[in-house]
Amino acid sequence: MTHRTPTGGSIDRNTLLRFTFNGTEYTGHPGDTLASALLANGVHSIGTSVKLGRPRGVVAAGSEDPTSLVQVEAPFSEPMLLATTVELYDGLVARGLSGQGRLSAEPDPARYDAKHEHCDVLVVGAGPAGLVAALTAARAGARVVLVDEQNQAGGALLGVDEYLDDRPSAEWVADVVAELKSTPGVLVLERTTAFGMYQDGFVLALQKRTDHLGFAAPAAVARHRVWRIRTRQTVLATGAHERPVVFADNDRPGIMLASSARTFLHRYGVLPGSRAVVFTTNDSAYCAAIDLAESGVDIALIVDARAEAPARLSTECAARGIEVRAGQFVTGTEGSSRVEAVLVGDQRIACDTLLVSGGWNPVVSLFSQARGALRYDSELGAFVPGEELPTVRVAGSATGELDLTACTRQGRDAGAGAARAAGFTPGGQVPLPASDSRCTARSGLVLWRVPGSDDTSFVDLQRDSTVADVLRATGAGLRSLEHIKRYTTIGTAHDQGKTSGMIAAGIVAEALGVELGEQRPTTFRPPYTSVSFAALAGRDRGELHDPVRVTSIHPWHVEHGALFENVGQWKRPWYYPQPGEDLHTAVLRECRATRESVGLMDGSTLGKIDVQGQDAGKFLDMLYTNLMSTLKVGKIRYGVMCGVDGMVIDDGTVIRVGEERYLVTTTTGNAAKILDWMEEWLQTEWPHLDVHCTSVTEHWATIPLVGPRSRDVLAAVAPDLDVSNEAFEFMTWHDTTVAGVPARVCRISFSGELAYEINVTGWHGLTVWKALMEAGKPYGITPYGTETMHVLRAEKGYPIIGQETDATVTPQDLGMSWAVSKKKPDFIGKRSFARAENNRSDRKQLVGLLPVDPAVLLPEGSQIVETDRLPEPPVRMLGHVTSSYPSAALGRTFALALVRSGHDRIGETLYVPVEDALVPVTVTESVLYDKEGARRDG
Amino acid sequence: MQLIPCPWCGPREEAEFHYGGQAHVAYPEDPSALSDEEWAQYVFFRENPSGPFAERWSHSAGCRRWFNAVRDTRTHDLLAVYRVGEPMPEVTA
Amino acid sequence: MTVSPLAAWTDRLAALAPALDVTEVPFRSQLTVRVSDPDAIAAMGDALGVRFPAVPCTFSAGTGEFGAVEVLWLGPDEFLVTASPDLQVTIEEVLRGALQDVRGSVVDTSAQRTTVVLQGPRARDVLAHGCSVDLHPASAPRGTCVQTLLARTGIVLQVNDDGYTILVRSSFAEYFAAWLADAATEYLAVP
Repeated sequence: MTHRTPTGGSIDRNTLLRFTFNGTEYTGHPGDTLASALLANGVHSIGTSVKLGRPRGVVAAGSEDPTSLVQVEAPFSEPMLLATTVELYDGLVARGLSGQGRLSAEPDPARYDAKHEHCDVLVVGAGPAGLVAALTAARAGARVVLVDEQNQAGGALLGVDEYLDDRPSAEWVADVVAELKSTPGVLVLERTTAFGMYQDGFVLALQKRTDHLGFAAPAAVARHRVWRIRTRQTVLATGAHERPVVFADNDRPGIMLASSARTFLHRYGVLPGSRAVVFTTNDSAYCAAIDLAESGVDIALIVDARAEAPARLSTECAARGIEVRAGQFVTGTEGSSRVEAVLVGDQRIACDTLLVSGGWNPVVSLFSQARGALRYDSELGAFVPGEELPTVRVAGSATGELDLTACTRQGRDAGAGAARAAGFTPGGQVPLPASDSRCTARSGLVLWRVPGSDDTSFVDLQRDSTVADVLRATGAGLRSLEHIKRYTTIGTAHDQGKTSGMIAAGIVAEALGVELGEQRPTTFRPPYTSVSFAALAGRDRGELHDPVRVTSIHPWHVEHGALFENVGQWKRPWYYPQPGEDLHTAVLRECRATRESVGLMDGSTLGKIDVQGQDAGKFLDMLYTNLMSTLKVGKIRYGVMCGVDGMVIDDGTVIRVGEERYLVTTTTGNAAKILDWMEEWLQTEWPHLDVHCTSVTEHWATIPLVGPRSRDVLAAVAPDLDVSNEAFEFMTWHDTTVAGVPARVCRISFSGELAYEINVTGWHGLTVWKALMEAGKPYGITPYGTETMHVLRAEKGYPIIGQETDATVTPQDLGMSWAVSKKKPDFIGKRSFARAENNRSDRKQLVGLLPVDPAVLLPEGSQIVETDRLPEPPVRMLGHVTSSYPSAALGRTFALALVRSGHDRIGETLYVPVEDALVPVTVTESVLYDKEGARRDG
Repeated sequence: MQLIPCPWCGPREEAEFHYGGQAHVAYPEDPSALSDEEWAQYVFFRENPSGPFAERWSHSAGCRRWFNAVRDTRTHDLLAVYRVGEPMPEVTA
Repeated sequence: MTVSPLAAWTDRLAALAPALDVTEVPFRSQLTVRVSDPDAIAAMGDALGVRFPAVPCTFSAGTGEFGAVEVLWLGPDEFLVTASPDLQVTIEEVLRGALQDVRGSVVDTSAQRTTVVLQGPRARDVLAHGCSVDLHPASAPRGTCVQTLLARTGIVLQVNDDGYTILVRSSFAEYFAAWLADAATEYLAVP
């Protein structure tokens, strides 16, 4: 049986849409929501409640509905959608939920994106007030964005069949929208919910762009878009939600808000039932009753809680044979899967529908998010905007005003005020449409609940929270609404208490015997309606999740099968496995080849900073622990940087390029941080210094060429360069031509081997790399990755910043007192070295560890203890393993570690808990390979 | 996303900026002349007021200039921004 | 042989037309100049045939001995001079000559960033997906030059008569290209 009216509603009756709900096939029309299509098919029971398993239906027609949660199964499974906001499409499959949904196990194929938008005036809500506000601002020449959560403009007008200026209101709406859309600089966004309002005119809005297209949604179009709107002025015309009244068994399907029933009738041509009782505290429900009666619904009775019913509306009801009883209350209902009877005092009235109206709650969520103070309006029984904000205006029923002409006048004032505040001059006034509405008064009775069975008087239908729960909270001594909200969970569901929050506050105030005006309302927080994580993530997924930084040589690494390691945002070759190799075998091969012949790696990710100016040396003397101003042009020095607390923050080489020019290298991960650090000192402390710093990290491609045969390879590609040990000393640099390309070659080593670092512009990196590979062929030149680099340097006891250090390690702890100047009067960190804490003998110091069993590889991060048996906790930890590798050169495993009093423990045996065993290790100096430095010169 | 008015580039989103802690904490003239106590004050101790607070920001994704701002720590409202070397302006919270 | 950061992207970027015309202009000469002395700034401008921008967040263009040269404001004492390829060495010399002993610096940063020209009917829309700066002509007229973020990478963005010039760090160039191509997806179907 259909519950569709013969005519009316903005649905396309000529087109049938098939859909499936809870396994049964139904039909509906374009323009329907899932809820309206279900009601048209007589389906009122949507799901069951989360705790008690009671049947639940549709309470409201829009996003404020607390109960009609469904899981959409096709085209893509998505949980926790409201049937009242799901637009119907052909092939829709859904089922009702019991408070919880199920995420799809499949990846979501849809696109989601975000877009920035800037405007002078943002209007939220395209009801009559919002439309007039937008039109006023647009005519003043402002850039206007109008957002509305519905699929068409009109707001509350969509739910009535009233006339404006003697024609259907839809025509007036269409005219305004048409003018807005044709005005340059105006953006009208439908299906777009402003869900968050933040500082400085920042508003987030979610636009549902293709959901209504169902299976026909184009894959290239982002399904949801988060609009990041930056506006000078905002007009909130967010409307009002009808509020129910709580009574016993108020949760049965078929019990609906009166205005929502009216919306289902006028917007969708759907009758909520055949015989209805109306329970109201105010005039507006009479209009619903009259409209429904005229559409064929048998209105059994209007129960008006007020002592006197309104005269004119009572007369209109009498003329239609509708009985009105004033001063009475609905005290309960009966029924199983749907309401079957309503109890009014001791009378039982059979019906299939109960329409309820307890007044109106202005939608103040965004105003509150904008830090607007709320005020309790005792006549309305609701919180309303309680102050004026410099950049946010409120218009229409969001202010508590319910008269349409007054609402549009507020819209016009707000639109003009916003435009003016944004620097525009409104011209002539937008004419306000004349309304024929019956319901203009706001005189109502504030009624939160009808006394009855507290256990079945539901305040929050979604959370199954009852009056009994509220009274239990107040009885336990809770007084703050925030606490009671958390104790009872009222207002914490998908709907964030749109229909329940105010009532809960009212019941609490009554129970505590306080004035509601003295109660602080709970804080409104974004999002106003649910936003999927996918929408918030937008396009920051997959390869766009985080930028991948690559060097100019990267394509070669990919082509040659490198596996990559993430270092910050960089992709660095980790190792280059040959067929059948795992990490360990590949790294042993790379290490051996490099120590025995020649290897090369891509070092382009090293941070590089050009430091120029008369005071460059003086500046670097302050930043590094050692002296840089004494460095001769043409020479290179290793340096360590500390924070003011004396802890190591970075290390690298400093090249003296000219009398007033240095090139500084930083570790890969710290390049930006160190440049910022330098600028910070220069700009905020030493602006008098003549020094300028410029990042050249990506200008240069950097290729370390390492191993005893590196000299031969370099000689082959750099014919102009005298590569002899005498002409090209350790820690010096030369400008020359490498593989036909201008290059700067530095003789530095991070492995202890003879090594060179070749720098060419990024454009030439790949070419020079290939030339080195070619020239190195006779020597079996081997590309190596970060893992081999780590092993080679660890064998030499060279620390890696961030691996051996963690912001609690001084240069002295690293055994680098040699790099700390005694001559300089000051440098950053120097004073801290004199602090007692930094001179304790039991500081953690860098040492080497050799497992007694040379085959045992200690897991990095392992703790170190003193005894071969674990004492009762707490166990004193001596430190931890910072690096650990198998070594081809040593023929065994080894590790570096930070150990308490480590420098004094050399030779001692300590223990490392690994799984259930305590592994004995011998403490050694950190330098394990070529201690005398014999390999440096090849 | 708050806007921070860079004294050079104008208002930009806060994601472009880097926080630098309390402003007007000068590096001591001669650290070696300070007691451990005094040095520790400089290194480790900062104000943490409820209300207006002068602090340093860098427009790190923009002009890379450091500047000072007075922020109300209760509301995050920026009450004033001013360039390095300029005195802190009078503000009303 | 030289390889530009977006050499591998030429075809993929060309496929974004006609909604978006994206072209890498590789190997441009680029020099980072730090200077605040007005006389030195004027001397540098004279040497290049272009007046250095005096207003923050703008760039200027001119033609002189080195052909068409642009000078981008990057900070109160920081500029980026851009010109045709292979001029960086001589321009650096000329700028150093103009700077003389005045406090400042000149650094060849030609390969630090690559240059991408972005035109087409959807250029502003595509940028709005990742750039929070208002690029409406009323807010960002021709001659605007901002350093800001595009999605998760820093960019230098110049507003031209017929589109935008974007400078992006070389290591971020492929991320930038991938982001751009993805952002344009919707506009390829409906240009």
